Amino acid sequence: MERLLVSNGLILDPVTQSVRTSSIYIADGKIIAIDYQPDGFQADQTIDASGLIVSAGLVDLCARLREPGLEFKADICSETRAAAASGITTLCCPPDTDPVIDEPAVVELIHRKAAKAASTLVLTLGALTNGLKGQLLSQMSALRAAGCVGISNGRNPVPNTLILRRAYAYAANCGLTVFIEPDDHWLSAGGCAHDGPVATRLGLQGIAVSAETVAISRALELILETGVKAHFGRLSSAHGVELIRRAKERGMDITADVAAHQLFLNEMDIGSFNSMCHVLPPLRSQRDMEALRQGLKEGVIDAVCSDHQPHDPDAKQAPFASTEPGISALETLLPLTLRLVDHQVVPTFSALSLISSRPAEILGINAGVLAVNRPADLCVYAPEQEWQLDPAAMLSRGKNTPFAGWHFSGKVRHTIIGGQVVYRT
Amino acid sequence: MIGQDSWNIQLDSNGRLKHFLTIEGLGSQILTEILDTAESFANVNEQRMKKVPLLRGKTIVNLFFEASTRTRTTFELAAKRLSADILNINISTSATSKGESLLDTLQNLQAMLCDMFIVRHCDSGAAHFIAGNVAPHISVINAGDGRHAHPTQAMLDIFTIRRNKGHDFGRLRVAIVGDILHSRVARSQIHALNTLNTGDVRVIAPKTLLPTDIEDMGVTVFNDLQTGIRDADVVIMLRLQKERMQGALLPSEHEYYSLYGLTEERLSAAKADVIVMHPGPINRGVEIESRVADGNRSVILDQVTYGISVRMAVMSMVLGRQPEPNESGAH
Repeated sequence: MERLLVSNGLILDPVTQSVRTSSIYIADGKIIAIDYQPDGFQADQTIDASGLIVSAGLVDLCARLREPGLEFKADICSETRAAAASGITTLCCPPDTDPVIDEPAVVELIHRKAAKAASTLVLTLGALTNGLKGQLLSQMSALRAAGCVGISNGRNPVPNTLILRRAYAYAANCGLTVFIEPDDHWLSAGGCAHDGPVATRLGLQGIAVSAETVAISRALELILETGVKAHFGRLSSAHGVELIRRAKERGMDITADVAAHQLFLNEMDIGSFNSMCHVLPPLRSQRDMEALRQGLKEGVIDAVCSDHQPHDPDAKQAPFASTEPGISALETLLPLTLRLVDHQVVPTFSALSLISSRPAEILGINAGVLAVNRPADLCVYAPEQEWQLDPAAMLSRGKNTPFAGWHFSGKVRHTIIGGQVVYRT
Repeated sequence: MIGQDSWNIQLDSNGRLKHFLTIEGLGSQILTEILDTAESFANVNEQRMKKVPLLRGKTIVNLFFEASTRTRTTFELAAKRLSADILNINISTSATSKGESLLDTLQNLQAMLCDMFIVRHCDSGAAHFIAGNVAPHISVINAGDGRHAHPTQAMLDIFTIRRNKGHDFGRLRVAIVGDILHSRVARSQIHALNTLNTGDVRVIAPKTLLPTDIEDMGVTVFNDLQTGIRDADVVIMLRLQKERMQGALLPSEHEYYSLYGLTEERLSAAKADVIVMHPGPINRGVEIESRVADGNRSVILDQVTYGISVRMAVMSMVLGRQPEPNESGAH
């Protein structure tokens, strides 16, 4: 097995909150030593990380790869390469593929394709209900055995609350975490923008904050009763953050994340029907955006994810409501999160933990931590390197980003997964 | 095109009207120019020979993705009176959903070498989308997009108000009554009235038919008709569509009429010289009593007549411009 030396990098370890210039020694896919060279270690390959930051590889809680089902938009190979080039070493794919991830064969297909791409590691969430239709329980135990790290119904509704309660209870029975994208289908159906002044002015059908808060409240009650472990993904509103805060204060064992774009954009960015800002949940008010940032600062929100949704160009070429929602976001996860440091939302250590150790804990995987005996998944980036986002230069097949032309600092130079260098510039 | 921050996609680099998509963002100067130009065409329309050669040789396409009679025919008449050639294309949205995208449809029509698209579409923002994606020499006029805007309707309403109430909008109280939530007409009227510094703009509707934060557009909200139309100079009624009962927005037409229907009796709360307007088509006995619709304070049919002059004004301003260098070469 190859031995790799990452020498003289600035090592930022969010868990121990330490920073130092040091070297990392890697063999058999693991970090075997930090700082001190093990006896007899001879590197087959050396990466000179002088002046570069070496952090644990990033873990993305939600990225849609479009395979199987929508390969005309993107595929596992293209998107895992784009992820690796963005410092993401593990990502989690929600179950709303076509076919849906509701049987082991689909899980195996995705894992096989991901292994073949030999890039970012791909984890899967299984469907909570068969076909995500909200009626019958999926074979959760079999999905877990096939490798699903959790279970989710995505944004698909489970209309019958008794069925939802039973699904949560059964997930608890299988030891699976439920990943909830809180949305009351009937409150959001047909909507494409935050129900506020911008949607009113532009004549767009609004989605009220209650679409999120009603779903969170309903889920919280069922989590309390069933004891299932739960994670709330993609929060968008101040009231949503408040509900999670109160639940945590009462001692509930829940976690939450926010998509990076929700921390930098709000309803005003729709401007004059900019379809790149058509996302679900919608970009809400400035006040909501500030509350999401505050939630991160206070630890109410545990993690930041990309919520990557690559599209073909046609998907965004139509009047606003007729365009498909979502942002191609893998390549902006690290730079946007680092920008939270510039905006004094969180210090660098916390920023990195929001996209590495914290999501790894939520997924219950051995990743996201830079320590001896841990998997050698590393992201090596140049913190001061300035660059401008050009959609044409994106590696994802989806070029749909509202951040085109933005200036960022912090560029990934090397990505190492399991001791293998999978990306370098 | 899509991503550009395009408030003023409507204006060329000299600040002249290139597209007419929404009232929002246009200054009172342009609105007044439209009204004054319409005034001059109103005289043409009253003559026996109703045609002027202003747009001879220009081709205008009425591109309607949503059914319409009044708006389409007044645009057609306006184009003909300006001596332009006009083509009517009705594309039901089901035809486009069969596979051809809006962009494909546009590119096909563009190949017919026309100068202007007059567009009606069920999606808010459709006219902006089209204006952002047509060849640079083509102008787009919005004839209604979703719930967003219907700027020529608003301008003909303003024209009607000006003819009846004079040029000083500052002393006027205007009440817009009905389904504000779904109304592109109301949104455009509100922008136009506020741009012209109207003293008091009110909307009157049940809570289920009011969009969130409508106050931000510069209106006072009333849920009660009686209070809302007190001392109004102008009352604009909006059409109530039957679909609204299905969406559980209202219990019944009857109950709506009992609360928000404009009757002679209720109208007595407004000023004695109030004018009553309606963009049509009217639902008699649902939003308005026949006695009011046909009464001497109603200017509903005048609105239709003025619609021709206002549309002539907009078309001639847009197509009568000196084209800019970046718009040439397509013909």
